[in-house]
Amino acid sequence: MNIAVCVKRIPKTAEADIFIEKDGKDIKKDNLVFALNDWDGYAVREAVLLKEKYEGEVIVLTIGPEESKEVLTRCLAMGADRAVRIEAPSSSDGHLIAKILAQATKGQSFDLILTGVQAEDDGWGQVGVALAQLLGLPHASIVTHIEVENGKAKVRRELEGGIEELLEVKLPAVLTIQTGINEPKYVSLSAILDAEDKETKEVGLEEIGFTSKAPLDATIDQVSFPPTGKMAEILKGTPEEVVGQLTEIIKKKKG
Amino acid sequence: MLEIFVLVEHRQGQIRDLTYEMLGLGEKLANQQGTSFAAILLGHDVKSFAEDLATRAPKVLVVEDENLKNFNSILYQQTLSSLISKYQPCLLLMGHSALGMDLAPSLSVEMEFPLATDCIGLSFEGARLKATRSIYGGKVNASVSLRESKGYIATIRPGVFSPKMVGEKKGGIVMESSPLQGMVDVKKFIEYIEAPITGEDITQAEILISVGQGIGGPEHIPLFEELAKNLGGTISCSRPVVDRNWLPKERQVGISGKTVKPKVYLAIGISGAFQHVTAMQGSDTIIAINKDPRAPIFGVAHYGIVDDFQNVIPVLKEKTKSWK
Repeated sequence: MNIAVCVKRIPKTAEADIFIEKDGKDIKKDNLVFALNDWDGYAVREAVLLKEKYEGEVIVLTIGPEESKEVLTRCLAMGADRAVRIEAPSSSDGHLIAKILAQATKGQSFDLILTGVQAEDDGWGQVGVALAQLLGLPHASIVTHIEVENGKAKVRRELEGGIEELLEVKLPAVLTIQTGINEPKYVSLSAILDAEDKETKEVGLEEIGFTSKAPLDATIDQVSFPPTGKMAEILKGTPEEVVGQLTEIIKKKKG
Repeated sequence: MLEIFVLVEHRQGQIRDLTYEMLGLGEKLANQQGTSFAAILLGHDVKSFAEDLATRAPKVLVVEDENLKNFNSILYQQTLSSLISKYQPCLLLMGHSALGMDLAPSLSVEMEFPLATDCIGLSFEGARLKATRSIYGGKVNASVSLRESKGYIATIRPGVFSPKMVGEKKGGIVMESSPLQGMVDVKKFIEYIEAPITGEDITQAEILISVGQGIGGPEHIPLFEELAKNLGGTISCSRPVVDRNWLPKERQVGISGKTVKPKVYLAIGISGAFQHVTAMQGSDTIIAINKDPRAPIFGVAHYGIVDDFQNVIPVLKEKTKSWK
């Protein structure tokens, strides 16, 4: 079973101080740590687990500048066999990303193409399902479990309210992977060193035959901090003082 | 001006709340644009849904087909693309939900309609659609312009827009013939799976001690269990804690987990992603402990403590020992 996994390098913003660029169109990223998109990490791990079960090859693809190579190395250390970086400026237009990925994967004999459900940074949640449509393949999104038998994947999709649905999807197919689908594996230093020896191909858009100059579907005009509505009353003081106030509140409110 | 379509979301015999929120937004946009809006209902045996929707929308378009009983993106897409070709709506709204996320991107590619996902704001500038989206984990809002097009698709974040209430005038119900020719074999719905609750039911708890990724690791869970015992509360958590197997799925508060409304909700190391906040903001009193003062959780909490939980929780545990 040959599996392609599409991954993205994203800035980690959860506990970082955020500043807005002068042109107002994005946040400043030079002070941020970058990593493999969380959802994509689960997708790569799932591909490697499927490979261990059904044999085959796992190829990871990313679109981005030189720096994106570091996430490919991480994917190779997680057990992917080879990697492709498509040289292109980062874009937040999901349709464009899907079109480039379709061009890069079409005509190749993948049984499965996996993406994360969405990216941690701009969260469009669009690429995997759009890619399936462009390739003329069936898809399932928000997948939490995969079993392959007789050219079909039995997959579970996560719905709302703790409910899942079981589906059958004919292969080849595109699946978008939800976090928690598997248990991430610790990536050792030696695995990272070994990954350096695996093949990483770097290609330009012309090389893969991507020539579309269609206008972008979506462009960001401006980013801004969300309006601060009511904020919590912050309890201040030493931990003892804070806890003193806290216990009074809990006592009163728990009834 | 062409109509605005709102795709009705229903599952297991119930219209989902998000539908009413989308109808509210659909009406507002239609008024701004001097046009009308319609509820689009696909399903099987959905007459009662159509009656309900007609009290909230001027028009309900219904496609009845037994193959539309359960959601299947391929069949929904075939049906919608046929309705879109017939009526040429200027905008189709659907939920940013398990349904909309499985359907909107592929339909958008097929129709060549630009797509804005997970919208928290929508407006037209002339005939051009503009969307507001919350990005970078809720730290920043982005204003997005979509390219000029005769039609657009937008998926709407749940819990953001006010629901459309029942109106005085009743809308018309229009039955459309189904364009479907049977099932498809490339994608088949088999069944719904609901895990039974094996431990305490977090939806019944009066006090929830809810932990997030910020607690650092599963080794701290016993500390919170002891605290929960002292307070007579129950442990719950946010999604990353379940993803990492620190606690079972049945403890998860969130859109994909449970919705809770306890008297006291103590959120520890939870950043406050909307998927979580939507499912706990109905709690009587929310107290957040987080070391990041900009964490979105402080926007929904009534009281906050900006500190590492390890400086606060052990002290709280000692102080509440006698409460048991």
